[in-house]
Amino acid sequence: MPFFAPGDDPGASFLELLRRTGSEPFAGFAQVPSAEGGFGALESSHATTVLAVRSSDGVVVAGDRRATSGNLISHRDMRKVFPADSYSAVAIAGAAGPAVQMVRLFQLQLEYYEKIEGKPLSLEGKANQLAEMLRAHLPQAMRGLPVVPIFAGFDPADRRGRLFQYDVTGGRYEEQDYATAGSGSLHAGTVLKLGFRDDLSEPDALALSVQALWHAADEDSATGGPDPVRGIYPVLAAISSEGFRQLSDTESGEVFASLQADLSGGGSSGGGSGGAARSGSVGGDPDSAGGSRSEVSP
Amino acid sequence: MSMPGMYVSPEQLMQDRADYARKGIARGRSLVTLEYGDGIALVAENASATLRKVSEIYDRIAFGGVGRYIEFDQLRIAGVRHAELKGYQYSRSDVEARSLANQYAQMLGQFFTHELKPLEVEIVVVEVGIGDEANQLYRIQYDGTVMDEEAYCCIGGDADAVRERVAEGYDPELDADAAIRLARAALAGPEREIAAPDLEVALLESNVEDAAHRRRCFRRLDDAEVEVALGDSAERPDEV
Repeated sequence: MPFFAPGDDPGASFLELLRRTGSEPFAGFAQVPSAEGGFGALESSHATTVLAVRSSDGVVVAGDRRATSGNLISHRDMRKVFPADSYSAVAIAGAAGPAVQMVRLFQLQLEYYEKIEGKPLSLEGKANQLAEMLRAHLPQAMRGLPVVPIFAGFDPADRRGRLFQYDVTGGRYEEQDYATAGSGSLHAGTVLKLGFRDDLSEPDALALSVQALWHAADEDSATGGPDPVRGIYPVLAAISSEGFRQLSDTESGEVFASLQADLSGGGSSGGGSGGAARSGSVGGDPDSAGGSRSEVSP
Repeated sequence: MSMPGMYVSPEQLMQDRADYARKGIARGRSLVTLEYGDGIALVAENASATLRKVSEIYDRIAFGGVGRYIEFDQLRIAGVRHAELKGYQYSRSDVEARSLANQYAQMLGQFFTHELKPLEVEIVVVEVGIGDEANQLYRIQYDGTVMDEEAYCCIGGDADAVRERVAEGYDPELDADAAIRLARAALAGPEREIAAPDLEVALLESNVEDAAHRRRCFRRLDDAEVEVALGDSAERPDEV
């Protein structure tokens, strides 16, 4: 049982506790020599389009289910949207292995803090914790294993939804309306940019998210669309003053069905407005669809 | 720690330490843990709203401590750390109260025999069973003695008297509110009343509707919820 002298106590940080008890949480790849062209050359799994949209009730978070290794699909039902705690969610893009591990550590850290201190971290504090983890992960990102999360939650102090975008260096950027990450983020971001209104209700925000994911999947080979044959649909979650709620596959399927009805009614619009650069995009090159892809698979 | 030129028999040494620890524990108020129909209730007499005697350790495990606050709070934190590290290294289902109770016993035993002064605390570690699993209640004393209790368990200065009063009114089919009322009556005794703000109440609930989404069974009741559970709120004029 871990017991520390006063002054030597790791406090409410679970990462620090792990270090003190001999397991460095981010040491996994630090000793591995860099492969030619980084780990990207080893074709590790890369996760793809995730997004968050502010609604009048809080915030909506969504993500597709496809994971790819090079040009192969490695998982069809991968989960990229997770509850961080009862009032927040984290969505991930980038290298799947380290990303999932980071989410796990993040969830543990939030719960651990709450138990040690007797009250939860503020939403801002949670967002900063995730930034700190990304900074610790930077050596791995430099070796070709980037993790780019989105963090979103209901802030009980402000009584509203808030969302945060990150870069691989641990840069933390609060967005007011929506945030996207992953190889399909350019297309998803464009749809969100055009469809966002200040007073979106939760169902409207969910419908807009689904539309954005659909267009991202339509243009980006590394983003998976709805799969009614297998009953696999993108993960949709809504966070409000009531807390985190993930929609069941049936509910997600219904949101997609209404989108499908709209799309087939209005003809195939394609939605490939790739020329519109999204403000705050990490991808940069608005002229080539391939430009945004380099965000996650260098 | 023996001083040169003086001899104290081991019996005397241990006796002195035990007396010292018991005196420290007897100064504090007691804590009752009891199983009810759908879980386990932990009820402590505690005038402070922030310095807690009852806390969450892990998904289905709770902790209660009496005696010196700083000492049992250190034990609580050590327990959270033990549980979280174990759950991280293995799986959440591998974290259980029995192993935690043994760890606490070792630590308290170590303090009792090897440190200058024993810890002046008594603690309970309880785990709620889901489905067919039985609940687990462990009581651990200042010297590391572990007791595996059934149905209810009382710790603190007045533990024996409180235990008798719980035994008189106990029924395993009690609902949560009745369990809290019984605990209050047992803690107070026949000669005084304990008001809701002076009670600290938490439940480990086994009947959470959606276990997959609510794995954390621990729920702390705030003052208003305690008043409702005790049936005191009807007496408040502003609520009528």
